[in-house]
Amino acid sequence: MNAVLSPSTIDIKKIREQFPVLHQQVNGKPLIYFDNAATNQKPARVIKALTDYYEGYNANIHRGIHTLAEKATKAYEETRHSMQQFINAKHVEEIIFTRGVTESINLVASSYGRAFLKEGDEVIVSGLEHHSNIVPWQMICEEKKAILKVIPVTPIGEMDIDAYRKLLSQRTKVVAVNHASNSLGTINPVKEIIKLAHEVGAVVLIDGAQAAAHLEIDVQDLDCDFYCVSSHKMYGPTGTGILYGKKELLEKMPPYMGGGEMIKDVTFAKTTYNDLPYKFEAGTPNIADVVALNEAIHFINELGKENIASHEDGLLAYTKEKLVAIPKLRLIGTSKNKVSVQSFVIEGIHPFDIGQMLDARGIAVRTGHHCTQPLMDSFGLEGTVRASFAVYNTKEEIDQLIEGLKRITNFMIK
Amino acid sequence: MSIDSIQNEIINEFSLLDGDMEMTVLYVMELGQKLPEMNKADKTEENIVKGCQSKVWLTARIDNEGMRFSADSNTAITKGLVSLLVRIFSGQRPEDVLNADLYFMKKIGMERFIGTQRSNGFASMIKQIKFYALAYKTQMATE
Repeated sequence: MNAVLSPSTIDIKKIREQFPVLHQQVNGKPLIYFDNAATNQKPARVIKALTDYYEGYNANIHRGIHTLAEKATKAYEETRHSMQQFINAKHVEEIIFTRGVTESINLVASSYGRAFLKEGDEVIVSGLEHHSNIVPWQMICEEKKAILKVIPVTPIGEMDIDAYRKLLSQRTKVVAVNHASNSLGTINPVKEIIKLAHEVGAVVLIDGAQAAAHLEIDVQDLDCDFYCVSSHKMYGPTGTGILYGKKELLEKMPPYMGGGEMIKDVTFAKTTYNDLPYKFEAGTPNIADVVALNEAIHFINELGKENIASHEDGLLAYTKEKLVAIPKLRLIGTSKNKVSVQSFVIEGIHPFDIGQMLDARGIAVRTGHHCTQPLMDSFGLEGTVRASFAVYNTKEEIDQLIEGLKRITNFMIK
Repeated sequence: MSIDSIQNEIINEFSLLDGDMEMTVLYVMELGQKLPEMNKADKTEENIVKGCQSKVWLTARIDNEGMRFSADSNTAITKGLVSLLVRIFSGQRPEDVLNADLYFMKKIGMERFIGTQRSNGFASMIKQIKFYALAYKTQMATE
């Protein structure tokens, strides 16, 4: 396999063979996994990297001089280099390992926010945000008496960019938005959002949780100040991810946590901090999962994001076409520019009931507010049913979803 | 009919579904559809059972025959589940409700098809029912 495969040459059957978890029955039916926006499944090579690490070279990194420590350190740092290339960061020390997007955002809100936000400053988020890109900003705004502003969402589920322009002012210090929405799939015009924010001197954080497995990410081209990625949403292990930050910003920011690894010298009078990226990696990191994340990056690179996106776009288009034929079904989030996520509701049937019924058929979807309560409120909904796809999903699986939905609709709406 | 007889009846009915998950879910929903409609005035904030993921309203009264429960939910499956409790406990004396040992959930494999969170919600419904029973028992003792 290589990165220049044309979409037609992606062999989904072969890809599926690489995912052990897919080959099982749930409630007596073959598992159909459509909850990929929550977390996607892991190829065997990622799982093998985890066991290889624990069976072959588990050791604490950076300080040991023995062979295992050297090997573990090398593997850990290799992932940092892969991640640098994956998002096209200028410097490798701009990649900081965290537990994932939530921690990355909290790190920036706490460290940057505490150091640079003042009373009356404004932080802008959007109505499309996951709670993890709302709550950390609310917390720091409360602490610093800063003001949180919200970019409204249009009826088709896009950020209202005209309204955003009006929100921007000299008071704006931080803009924090997602690259792609977890609830609706909308791909947001982040390059334009960043450019506009920079015109008023604000820094911009991009939540890339839903983008990493689907979209090309080039942090230098975007010119974002911070970019956050979760490993488990890009075929990697849970519990790790990265914060990318521009070097000059990270250097100015105080540490987020204190402990081992992040220090140069410690005396009771004064501690001097380590250089980037270690300044922000206090304590023994999640070595095994970081090491295995490298395999997930290789998996995506070898398939090619264009090929992945092309396959998933086909699945999304097919799903929409089939869904709209179901009576009383309403699509939520109908932007033309989306990653492979489709939310919907069926009038008269609670999303939980739909989810339960589909689970009985071995189909895993997400139901509820998807950690975006303000967004659901703006649509006047308690929640939706969300089907989200990955590269291993097929049209035949979507046919099964549609069959399940027809069954429950026929039963409930008489 | 005693509480245990009704439980056994339910176990029998579910055994006919032969463990087919889809049939079970549809059957539970159907039970919910048959639940007598709850008085709209009773669907108040304070009659909502705490600890349920879905909204569940539950009220109780008592007459000469025993306790009477009425319930509703915003989700069809939960409505079906609470209908089982209404069926078991309506017409029973408060002390029998209080002393009831519910074994039908385990026998029909309820946790398997409603999951842990809904099972916790179901436990909250039972708790609420027993709370009503305790209140009526205490009231009767002091009258």
